[in-house]
Amino acid sequence: MSTNSSSSLILQEKFRTYLGLGMAVAGILILLAIPSLISPYYVYLLATIFTTALLATSLNLVLGYGGLLHLHHAVFYGIGAYTVAIIMTKTSWPFAIAVVLGPLVAALIALVIGWFCVRLRGLYFGMLTLALGQLVWAIVYRWNALTNGDNGIHSIPVPEFLTSVNSVYYTTLLVLIVSLVILYLIIKSPFGLTLIATRDNPMRSESLGINVKRHRLTAFVIAGFFAGVAGVLFILVERSVAPSLLFWNKSAEILIMCLMGGLTVFMGPTLGAAILVVLSMIVGLYTEYWLLVLGLLLLILVLFLPQGILGYLLKSRNNKKPSMRGEN
Amino acid sequence: MNFATLASQLFIGLSRGMIFFIVSAGLTLIFGVLRITNFAHGSLYMLGAFIAYSISTFLGQGPNGFWLALLIAPLAVMLISLVIERGLLRFIYNQDHLMQMLLTYSLVLIVGDLVKIVWGTEFKSMNVPTILRGSFNLWGASLPLYNAFLLIVGPVVALGLWFFLSKTRLGKICRATATDREMVDILGIDSTQVFALVFAMGGWLAGLGGALIAPTTTISIGMDANILIYAFLIVVIGGLGNVWGTLISSIIMGVGEAFGILFIPGVAIIIPYIIAGVLLIIKPSGLLKSAW
Repeated sequence: MSTNSSSSLILQEKFRTYLGLGMAVAGILILLAIPSLISPYYVYLLATIFTTALLATSLNLVLGYGGLLHLHHAVFYGIGAYTVAIIMTKTSWPFAIAVVLGPLVAALIALVIGWFCVRLRGLYFGMLTLALGQLVWAIVYRWNALTNGDNGIHSIPVPEFLTSVNSVYYTTLLVLIVSLVILYLIIKSPFGLTLIATRDNPMRSESLGINVKRHRLTAFVIAGFFAGVAGVLFILVERSVAPSLLFWNKSAEILIMCLMGGLTVFMGPTLGAAILVVLSMIVGLYTEYWLLVLGLLLLILVLFLPQGILGYLLKSRNNKKPSMRGEN
Repeated sequence: MNFATLASQLFIGLSRGMIFFIVSAGLTLIFGVLRITNFAHGSLYMLGAFIAYSISTFLGQGPNGFWLALLIAPLAVMLISLVIERGLLRFIYNQDHLMQMLLTYSLVLIVGDLVKIVWGTEFKSMNVPTILRGSFNLWGASLPLYNAFLLIVGPVVALGLWFFLSKTRLGKICRATATDREMVDILGIDSTQVFALVFAMGGWLAGLGGALIAPTTTISIGMDANILIYAFLIVVIGGLGNVWGTLISSIIMGVGEAFGILFIPGVAIIIPYIIAGVLLIIKPSGLLKSAW
């Protein structure tokens, strides 16, 4: 890229933006038409991908853009799902309230957990998210009266119009697109840019008068909220929920998705989620040792492709790596 | 609730704390020197238990089986650790925390399934040797003899570690590497060899913990994930890299868990997380000074 012709640079930039926009519109049109073309099982699979993609992207706000070692994001996913499940089975409240409360409760818990965590740095931050997250898991696992404990909650009632596979598909797609747009706007907003600054150089940010902890906490709560939204979608897709949804290895799975797609690219986690969900389905057909395959995949990824698939493809554009060496 | 119940629960908690300590000491050593968060530590512990089971079964579950298992299983795990360090870990020492974590996490997944393939999914159990069977009386409380054995092994390991780290030349080099790796390199000592040594030693400790716990519990897949979270919390509470902090927090965790089971049996599972959460909130940098 030549540096002296700034007008061609702007033109290129514009072209890229339009190209991206055009690809997004084409992608959405294809996704809208797809349910009539494929069998219901694959429609269900796509809905699962959409749900997981939202979950992974919400984590990446904290992990990739905030540079925080958030090791237990599945907690907020689980809380969103459990809130809906409990309201729909234990109370006579309408579905709309459950859907609104799911993400809000997740955000509230994120506020409480985050409030403690943002005071720590690096690895200690990660360990506290792990400890507090596992505490939430243990409570869900043990509180039989409310959560049905180990058995989970099954056949959760949802409104009539959300029972068919296609309507679930379109709902999850719509929610995913709206959420991704909001998350994208957040990252491009002054808040998002400041967050990235606190990731790249927390000390300098602090001395410029930026309240680093508050920015991190805000990002943590927003991520928790959208994980809660993903949890609500999970209920729509699966109509059941179990404590394993918020065990720590679920969180590790989400981390792998983010890494696989690329932490520095906005659509990276979405790609990672799609790859992982599809792979687990395909591998599951042949062998029960899916985790072995996942482990080998992760090993190869870390050793040879640490910037992720999208990160590798877009290397020329994004040559900055998030610093997560623990000194932040 | 009488004194005998309290005393016996304290005793059980302390001996459980010793297992926690042996496993966590390895993890904290690895963290202190290699600066790596080793998710695979729980897997090494599980391997220790399964290998001990196999050795003991091979020798007909007799008394010799146990002692031989206790000797060989940790060494076998140490060898596996050495292969892991030389084969994989040494390539990622300059990567982010996250990448290092994910690499060791990939080992968790791989080892978990490999154990399933080699040993199958059914629960296994191993006999306590005759000499350590039964119980003894202390202040009116009947206490299992095997736990007393653990209470002896724990301090012996702690003493051994103390001797190694502060009295031997090699131990001093390890501590120096933890403090300033570059300086050690400048002085003409290959720090990556120190890394290999410490990782192997950490693996030996994890394997020892697994072999020690094997006769007292059902050996099964999933024991890696359970111990791992405990060990992580213990290491962080104690101050990353600080062996003595780990000893203190192991005892706190073990005793806290034992009393939790006594007083609030239904929700005892949440006790360790509450202890860890509270301690991290009031003393975020750990009980003792981090990384020596």
